[in-house]
Amino acid sequence: MFDWFPKNISTFGGDIDYVFKLIFYIVGIGFLLGELAILFFVVQFRRRDGQKAKYISGDKWPQLGWILIPTVLVLFLDLWIDFAGAKAYDAVKGEMPVHDVIVEVSSKQYNWIITYPGPDGVFATADDITKENDLHVPVNKVIKVVLKSQDVIHSFFVPVLRLKQDILPGRTTDVWFEATETGKYEIACAELCGYGHYTMRGFLHIHSEEEYAAWLAQIWPAE
Amino acid sequence: MAEQATSEVQHTEQMSFVRKYIFSVDHKVIGKQYLFLSLFMALVAGTMAYYVRWQLAWPETAVPGAGWIPEPTAFSGIIPPEFYNALVTMHGTIMVFFVGMPLLLGAFGNYLLPLMVGARDMAFPRLNMMSFWTIFTASLCMIASFFVEGGSAAAGWTGYAPLSADPIYTGVTWGLNLWIIGLALEFTSFLMGGINFLTTTVTMRAPGMTMLRLPLMVWMQITAAVLFMLSVGPLVAGAILLLLDRTVGTGFFLPGKGGDPLLWQHLFWFFGHPEVYVVLLPGIGAVMEILPVFSRKPIFGYRTIIWSTMVAGVLSFLVWAHHMYVSGMDPNLVMPFSITTILISVPFAVIIFAFMATLWGGSIEFKTPMLYAIGTVTTFIIGGVTGIFNGSPPVDIFIHDTYFVVSHFHFTLFPSVFLGGFAALYFWFPKMFGKMMNETLGKIHFWWTMICFNLVFIPMFVLGMGGHMRRIYNPMQYDFLKPMQGINQFITYSAILLLLGQIPFIVNFFWSMFGGKKAGDNPWNANTLEWATTTPVPHENFDTIPTVYHGPYDYSLPNQNEDWQPQHLEKEPAAVA
Repeated sequence: MFDWFPKNISTFGGDIDYVFKLIFYIVGIGFLLGELAILFFVVQFRRRDGQKAKYISGDKWPQLGWILIPTVLVLFLDLWIDFAGAKAYDAVKGEMPVHDVIVEVSSKQYNWIITYPGPDGVFATADDITKENDLHVPVNKVIKVVLKSQDVIHSFFVPVLRLKQDILPGRTTDVWFEATETGKYEIACAELCGYGHYTMRGFLHIHSEEEYAAWLAQIWPAE
Repeated sequence: MAEQATSEVQHTEQMSFVRKYIFSVDHKVIGKQYLFLSLFMALVAGTMAYYVRWQLAWPETAVPGAGWIPEPTAFSGIIPPEFYNALVTMHGTIMVFFVGMPLLLGAFGNYLLPLMVGARDMAFPRLNMMSFWTIFTASLCMIASFFVEGGSAAAGWTGYAPLSADPIYTGVTWGLNLWIIGLALEFTSFLMGGINFLTTTVTMRAPGMTMLRLPLMVWMQITAAVLFMLSVGPLVAGAILLLLDRTVGTGFFLPGKGGDPLLWQHLFWFFGHPEVYVVLLPGIGAVMEILPVFSRKPIFGYRTIIWSTMVAGVLSFLVWAHHMYVSGMDPNLVMPFSITTILISVPFAVIIFAFMATLWGGSIEFKTPMLYAIGTVTTFIIGGVTGIFNGSPPVDIFIHDTYFVVSHFHFTLFPSVFLGGFAALYFWFPKMFGKMMNETLGKIHFWWTMICFNLVFIPMFVLGMGGHMRRIYNPMQYDFLKPMQGINQFITYSAILLLLGQIPFIVNFFWSMFGGKKAGDNPWNANTLEWATTTPVPHENFDTIPTVYHGPYDYSLPNQNEDWQPQHLEKEPAAVA
């Protein structure tokens, strides 16, 4: 059932998947009970000769209990889902942990423009390097991504990280993640951004520490 | 006022064909005009869904039967990306605003409301006529937008700025302007309709028809009208600002000129969420009329349902930002909106439980309208519970803008608009057209539609769990989506079958209208006032305005011979005790 998810390689992805599963089981059971009850009622109370329907207006309190008591249960389950959700949401979008690596992703129709600050760790200096559509980061490090858009709204979506963030033109939006596995994964645009929306695909390269050092050395050989 | 209406009606008797059937002020004729408009638009938007589905299943291959689309929109039947975006946009826009609303509010609201409250017509018949011709013009704008240079609107049915705010981003020029103008006209049309619904219900009820003796369909219609009137203002303002951005170069939504893209989203969704209930309430209102008739039982908890509807209506104004969890708005706003969103399940749980309790202990007859009513309830539950996933912010981070959302809102809107709409149509067709619809064809239509609908949309939840983004032209671009392409093809096969499943309906509809069995005044033995008058309904609805003695759902009263008790007849002495 949950095999349909893309695999999760972020530290907070497990929390998100947990809330999904929690909701799935809660509403799944409710759904099954509800549908079975309806099925039972329509079979049991189908029209038969000589049998009259019961007159129940449901306007009196004792009768209303039949629908209000299950409703209290619904309210309780809602609050459970709210609290579980708040905790997981806070992990992703709450206070950002101190980052190890910072990178800027700027979107435009229909490319991801990725800027690395270079060894000085500061943007808008001479050692900045800009690449298209390939985002290289180390594994097991907190990565801060500064999102900008040059034209319309795009949405930075990395399914394996369970991370999605719309990017509004005219302002910067920060997100973070920490990947737990190396590999090459896809970045997608999740917000309709024009006729080339579907081609707006990028790659997230998650390197081991040694690989990342080698990649850095290749990009900034002089230092 | 009443005198004026009477003299006018007598005058209409001798009126020309044009005044009687085209520019008519009779709510019954206007209701049927809305019905035909919405069914035609459903056909248009359904065809668009077919093109979209074909492209998703077999990307960039020629769509069978698309050859007629004039160049350069579709070359040799292969849908180009910009046309795909236009199809997605217009499918959504038309289905919500030109099928859902005109069918449920325009057709059934107009036709039923005066009959159900026991009035001779709407309070403002001319305004009513104007509301139809306004939406008719709006529909022409929408259809015309396909034939202007640059094609029709391609920024999604939500029209997010700045994509929609400057033609350079989509290449769409007048197509999107027409889309805005068409929507503004549609809003105007339903404002006029809503004023009529509300005024008629408040001021023109038959003697004895207290507010708490109104059929629930009327309650749902007027609640929908109020929700619409209170929510649409901001969006009309937004639409005008958007049109100004596009045509005279203002920058309300363009950050380069000091504008804010998020402003559009707030204005759109402040309207957008109540709008969902505008379309939903009349659909379940029909269910509320049909369940008691075919289970021969009162609706369970009449007043509780009304209160729950009002609570849901109020909450619907406090949830709009749940569409914007990942939009970049202040993350501190997210949890409050999530709590209100998930709480909305409470009033709807009450309503669903009330439906189930209505079935309990009934004597249920499975006529086509009843099958559709039960179908509406069973599928709407799926729409309701999947809303909890979307309403939970962490889960939404992952499933936002994926097929999970697409499937969720189809599971809310399809049951309401189509299953509820068909329930209503099969149920009130005898009154509207004086003929019975064919039961066998109706049942074939029901099972075919019901099964195929689920086969289309349940697999979409799986796509969403896999991260499949919505509104993408060619899923085969992404490696992580390729393994799911089989599901996309399965959905398309099912969608084609779903569309073909409407053939029995179309045959039944026209065949019954002209050659169906003649319907009596009250073929279902129902209590409400629309069945108290003769079929076909006379010009002023009732020969004499009936007096109402009790509520609409007194079925199977104890100590009584008949298992129904029409609202306009006094109870037998034995039953009063």
